[in-house]
Formats: sequence, structure tokens, C-alpha cells
Amino acid sequence: MSGRMGTTEGSEGAFIEVDGVEKVFDVRRRKGLLRRERHQVRAVDSISFTVARGEMVGYIGPNGAGKSTTIKMLTGILTPSGGRLRVAGIDPSRERTRLAHRIGVVFGQRTTLWWDLPLIDSYKLMHRMYRIPDARYRENLARLVELLDLGDLLEVPVRQLSLGQRMRGDIAAALLHDPEVLYLDEPTIGLDVVSKTRVREFLRQVNAERATTVLLTTHDLQDIEQVCSRVMVIDHGRLVYDGALAGLHEVGEGERTLVVDLEREFPPVEVPAPARVVRVDGPRQWVAFPASEPAAGLVTRIAERYPLVDLSVREPDIEAVIAQMYAERAGRAPTQSS
Amino acid sequence: MLEGLRAYRMIAGMWVRSGMTYRVSFVVTLFGNLVMTGLDFVGILLMFSQVDELAGWSLPEVAFLYAASVTSFGLAHLASGSMQQLGSRIRDGSFDVLLVRPVPVLAQVGGDRFSLRRLGRLAQGGAVLGWALVAADIDWTVSKVLLVPLMVVSGAAIFVAVFVAGAAFQIYAQDAAEVQNAFTYGGTTMLQYPPAVFGKDLVRGVTFVLPLAFVNWVPAAHVLGRPYPLALPGWVAFASPLVAAGCCALAGLAWRTGLRSYRSVGS
Repeated sequence: MSGRMGTTEGSEGAFIEVDGVEKVFDVRRRKGLLRRERHQVRAVDSISFTVARGEMVGYIGPNGAGKSTTIKMLTGILTPSGGRLRVAGIDPSRERTRLAHRIGVVFGQRTTLWWDLPLIDSYKLMHRMYRIPDARYRENLARLVELLDLGDLLEVPVRQLSLGQRMRGDIAAALLHDPEVLYLDEPTIGLDVVSKTRVREFLRQVNAERATTVLLTTHDLQDIEQVCSRVMVIDHGRLVYDGALAGLHEVGEGERTLVVDLEREFPPVEVPAPARVVRVDGPRQWVAFPASEPAAGLVTRIAERYPLVDLSVREPDIEAVIAQMYAERAGRAPTQSS
Repeated sequence: MLEGLRAYRMIAGMWVRSGMTYRVSFVVTLFGNLVMTGLDFVGILLMFSQVDELAGWSLPEVAFLYAASVTSFGLAHLASGSMQQLGSRIRDGSFDVLLVRPVPVLAQVGGDRFSLRRLGRLAQGGAVLGWALVAADIDWTVSKVLLVPLMVVSGAAIFVAVFVAGAAFQIYAQDAAEVQNAFTYGGTTMLQYPPAVFGKDLVRGVTFVLPLAFVNWVPAAHVLGRPYPLALPGWVAFASPLVAAGCCALAGLAWRTGLRSYRSVGS
């Protein structure tokens, strides 16, 4: 059972294929004493994307956007209502058990570890359950213990571990059987800064060493900035952005800010729209302008007309960009009603 | 199937070891279990201190019914893990964890929270069964000797089927644990008394609809040389394994259907 099984993978390099996938839930809501109203909720609404082997992808969106639902369909926990889904050429919901050998899953808020037993016991169970060859198991365990600094924790009952330690323990458990893809659902939720950094470093390392494909959902944009080369943004069940993190600024119609220090106080400087002065504080002024435009023209224009002493350009922070993106979508198209 | 048994052993083993980390609690609850389930039988003893027979059945005969029911139920209870509380596993989201493992989910649920404390009920039932077999006036034949263990095992399988079907139902309705308890605990209590105590319609129901009568009523009637409930033909005493197999097949089907319709929780 070791090694790769001869599965036919779809298009070249596409390890995860998601094509027009949707998930519709029937929801019954109580109306009055006995009457119940049925309506449908589209948790995931016709999403398409592919992920190549070895990619690290961040999957973000507000609560209830459909992140977890997507992960659950990719792992075979939920059956899609429509569309086509393949992971390593396998249809997850139909061959969930076969797929399980090739994927690792970490649920940030649930553990796969045995609460009352020493950490190592949970790993021994994985060893047998996944039928990991002995040599491979020993090798993987040693490497994971080293990378995740678990050496002193192996004999400690899981219930005595801190949240950060437990998370590291869970991540190791998900990787013992050499999965080709690792799904992490909120892997840094509730962790302190040190633990978060450690988890992120580890994910980069695993990806570099084993070319493990990583797909993580998160609320913490630093997870994305520090781990993922690609980000997908989902809102109301629809994919609203898929690309490099850097590109998010443009799509989000984010604005950069030019901060200028003038010789003395002035009324707000005159700049061509859409640039505008957003704040004045003594001789310092803040000018917002579209992130997609170069700052040079604006700088020249201000320098020509005002006694410019100093300047700096601030990139929009990603959090603000995404918040703005959601806000705009909410304004444009009110909630997906059914 | 073999894969399932292997997974069941692994998971159950982990839970046994987990349970052993609380030794005192283990001993106390094992003992408590023995006493609590024994109280049912004390109730029957008290009743017989006032009457000589119940619907024509003597104390050892009723004890035989009681013990067969308790032993079958005890075996099923031991083997069915957290099927009764599957709804709570689903509500807290931990059911998802079982679904991403490469072994059958039903085997994992069966082994889940496996607890040797449940041996208390089984030991108590077994002890009463031993006494009843000696004390009751039974005209032993080879077929009767064979029928007793067959009855206990088939009865356990019927109860397991009820547990599995109940677990499947809890995938739809996560707060349905009480409905299931009505059939399991309610069923096992009912089977402790002779069928003649109950109304005809109820007896028909547990014979033809939910065939709990095959756990002990029908085979016990044969062993004790009593008339069958509902005047069934003679061979039905040996039909329990078939009935059990049918129940298990239906329960398995219900489980598959339930699992396919699983909706998980919001996060």
C-alpha cells in the first residue's frame, strides 16, 4: 500500500480540480408554532479552480462564506450538489476512504488526537490505521518531531498540552502517512504569536521538502502573507478573487496613500481626481490614490505647486483591501437570495 | 468487513486504554453498573415474593427471559460504542474527524468510547442466565442446548441493528437519541416479562414490525416448552439468526443512506 497508487490524474499538473461545484442546503425555518418554511441556501455557488501539485493556497472569506463547506467537499465529508470535483483523480465523496490515504486534514477546532493518552499513542494508531510501512513511519515521525519540536511532548497526555502544542501535534498526525495534499482549516486559530510563527514556518518547510500541496483556510491574513503564494477569496459562496496576493490590491480597488510633508501648513493640496486628500495634520497631508496608478505623476504635480520637503507611499494593508472588497460586493449585489 | 473489524479493534483498544487512565472511576462505575442493572432483577424478585407466577410463568422462567434479554442487550451495548450518542458527536463537529480516516465510519463509531464498564450489565445478565438455566424446569434436548447461545447472539445482533438504525436516524435528526432509547432500553425492559402480560397489538408489533420478539420471547418459548406468542409455527424458534441477519442488512442500508445525506455543521 505504500507509495503512489496508479491513479489517472486529469489535466497535467492539476492535482485538485473543482469545476462548477455547488452545495445547496435545505433549511427549514420555524414559522409560527407548527408551520415550517423551507428554503434553500447556496453555501457554495458554482466555484471553479484548479490547484497544481506543490502549490500553497490560502482560502479566505468571512464567516459563512463557504470556506469550510468547500474543504468538506474536497475531503469527501460532504457530497456536492452539483459540478465536478477531483482530488488526485479521485471523486472525494464516492471514494472517501481511498482518498483518505492521500490527504491530510487538520481541523483547527477539533482534534484527531486521543485526549487521555500520551501523544505518541495517537501516532502509533495512525501507523496501524494508515498501514504506514515501519521504516517510513519511523523516519517521518523523527522528522516531524524535530521540525515541530515535539520531543518532550510525546509521552504527555494530550489533555495536558497547550493549544499551540496540541495544534503542532495534530499537524504531525496529519502528515505521518505522507499525504500529497494537506488541508488546514483555521490552523492558527487561538494560537499565540510564537506558535503561529512556528506553524507557518513549518508549513513552508514541509512544502519545500516534500512538495506537499497545502490548502488552508484562515481569518488571519498573516497566515496567507507568510505561507501562501496564491490566495482565493470566497464571499457568499462565490469565488471573487483567485491569484497572487499582490494582485489583490488592484482587484480590491485598493488605494495607496501618499504622505507628503510640506514646508508649512497649507489648505488641502489640489490633486486630480480620483486622488484626494483624506487627512491634514499641520504641514503633513495624506493623499489617497488608486493602487493601480503609479505615484510619480502625483508626486510631480504636488512638487511643482507646493514646497515639498519629504514624502512616503503607503501600501494598503491587505485586511483593509479585503474588507473593502466584501463591502463593495455587499453594496452591489445584496445577499444571494433563493 | 475485515477492514472494519480491524479498525473496530484498534479504536476500541484506544478507548479501553483511555478508560484505564482513570482507574478508580473505572472500578466504581463498573461496580455501579453491576448494581444498577441488578436492581431490575431485584424488582422481579420482589414481585415474586408476592405472587407465585406471572401470566403462568414461574420465577426461574421469567428470570430466563430477563437474563436472555439483558445479556443480548449487554453484548449489543458493549459493541455499539457511541451509536446512541451519535447526535452529540455530530453537533460538536467531531464526527467529521472520523470521516477523513481511511477506515469504515461505522466501525469507528462502534468502537468509539468503547467502555469495559459496560461489562457490568453483561456479567449480571450472564449470572442470572446461569441460575435460570439450572433452576427452571427444562426438558433438555440437543437442539435446545444449541438454541440458548444462538438466541443470545442473535438477540445481540438484533439490538445492534436497532442501534445502527438509530444512529443513522440521528444523522438526519441529531436530537433523536430519546426516540432510539424508547426502542432499545424500552425494548429490553419489555422483553424481560412474558409476552402474555402485554396487549396483542403490542406483541404483533414487536414480532412483525420491529422483531424484538426474536431476541428471546420466541426462542425462549421453545426452550421452556411454552406456547409461542401469536401461535406461530414451530420452526420460528430457530429463525432468530435469519431475522437478525435481515435486521442488520436493513440497518446497514439505513446507515449508508444516512451517511450520504450527512450535512456536517457550519464550521
